[in-house]
Amino acid sequence: MKELSVNHLLGIKYINENDINLIFETADHFKEVINRPIKKVPSLRDITIANIFFENSTRTKLSFELAQKRLSADVINFAASSSSVTKGETLVDTVNNILSMKVDMVVMRHASPGAAVFLSKNVKASIVNAGDGAHEHPTQALLDAYTIREKLGDVSGKKVVIVGDILHSRVALSNIYSLQKLGAEVRVCGPKTLIPKYIEALGVKVEPNLRKALEWCDVANMLRVQNERLDISYFPSTREYAMQYGLDKKLLDSLNKEIVIMHPGPINRGVEITSDVADSKQSVILNQVENGVAIRMAVIYLLASKIK
Amino acid sequence: MSQKILLNHKEVSIILHRLACQLIENHLDFSNTILIGIQPRGTQLANRLKQILQEEYQIKNIALGFLDITFFRDDFRRGETLEANKTQIDFLVENKKVIFIDDVLYTGRSINAALSAIQSFGRPSEVELLVLIDRRFSRHLPIQPDYRGRQVDAINNEKVVVNWSETTGEDSVELITK
Repeated sequence: MKELSVNHLLGIKYINENDINLIFETADHFKEVINRPIKKVPSLRDITIANIFFENSTRTKLSFELAQKRLSADVINFAASSSSVTKGETLVDTVNNILSMKVDMVVMRHASPGAAVFLSKNVKASIVNAGDGAHEHPTQALLDAYTIREKLGDVSGKKVVIVGDILHSRVALSNIYSLQKLGAEVRVCGPKTLIPKYIEALGVKVEPNLRKALEWCDVANMLRVQNERLDISYFPSTREYAMQYGLDKKLLDSLNKEIVIMHPGPINRGVEITSDVADSKQSVILNQVENGVAIRMAVIYLLASKIK
Repeated sequence: MSQKILLNHKEVSIILHRLACQLIENHLDFSNTILIGIQPRGTQLANRLKQILQEEYQIKNIALGFLDITFFRDDFRRGETLEANKTQIDFLVENKKVIFIDDVLYTGRSINAALSAIQSFGRPSEVELLVLIDRRFSRHLPIQPDYRGRQVDAINNEKVVVNWSETTGEDSVELITK
């Protein structure tokens, strides 16, 4: 039988194309499950999962929790702001304390890049990375690619442009890995200050002009301007960013083809995309959210099946 | 490894027609009845029975669905990773008579899982079980078929395999000894 090549989901970098396709096929089944009158299956009734969030999150946390509950896992939630972490406990100590309560899997978001990899080497549990600093956000990349596959039939051969703050974005890095592994061509677009200097080493071209990037692509993934991470001024003003890199209906309608618009959320309406674009029929933003639950169910199910 | 033919093409055909007649006896026009093929191996049998009922007994509008039980099985993490199949039930089973259809009844655990899984689609008024082969004496649970094609006495290292002409060229049932 097919199974994942890994015991943890630390990043897209560490999994292969077969793993991604297995996750997609499994997610197809779970998508059917979550559209049933009763949306729950009992597979993980003897698995306990801890959601440990050292950084704020709304939709990722909700989506993971919903996925776990739909699989009948027992779930404990932990937010760092209300915990002993503020008293100085280390990451390994915190997690080991949670694990001694017989937890099988840990879903973690952390501000430090590499936190999930570090944890997987130091504790005995299956680790799912729900975002580690500016490094990776694998489940977001999986659900993005899954949404493209659903909308366009296939990811292979498609042209995807990622627009915005590439420098601070874990979504961008994971997306580049996953889309390339599935055979898509990726370009990035954004202010020069927010494009990493050596990004082309990943096989990604930089297109500084938004109109040209949109005319080239089949799918545009509009990233959020992460004001909380912008410690210095990377562009003169939000207004100027919106004028150069914001997508509005006029620009979208002036293209000679229909492209698919994605956004990982939360949207700054009027900055990276305007409301009429976000709510247009070309936007798949809410499909991304729905697919997020199915993808996370698939990831958790496949990883849990390796816990013996 | 040895192989023995338990049922040949003609015997399978006779049994399928008998099972179809037994279903008609209890369900008449199938207006309140739903056939559910259990994935993966019950689907072919369910398709075949529907075909016989439609073409030879002119029963129209037979509701047929396929139920995958992978996520309801009780051996998750106790063996190899389980691969799911497609569930396709485009109707509610609320207050309907449901007939589960599977090729071989062995331990009864699949049917147990199917009984849980079908509840996701409503509360059936009644559930019956139809199997082509009933391996008696090997049940782990108190589950018995309502309609059976043939009873077979097989021990644990033996395997009963049902072949269908759609996939292997000819209908037959084989007993394989490892």
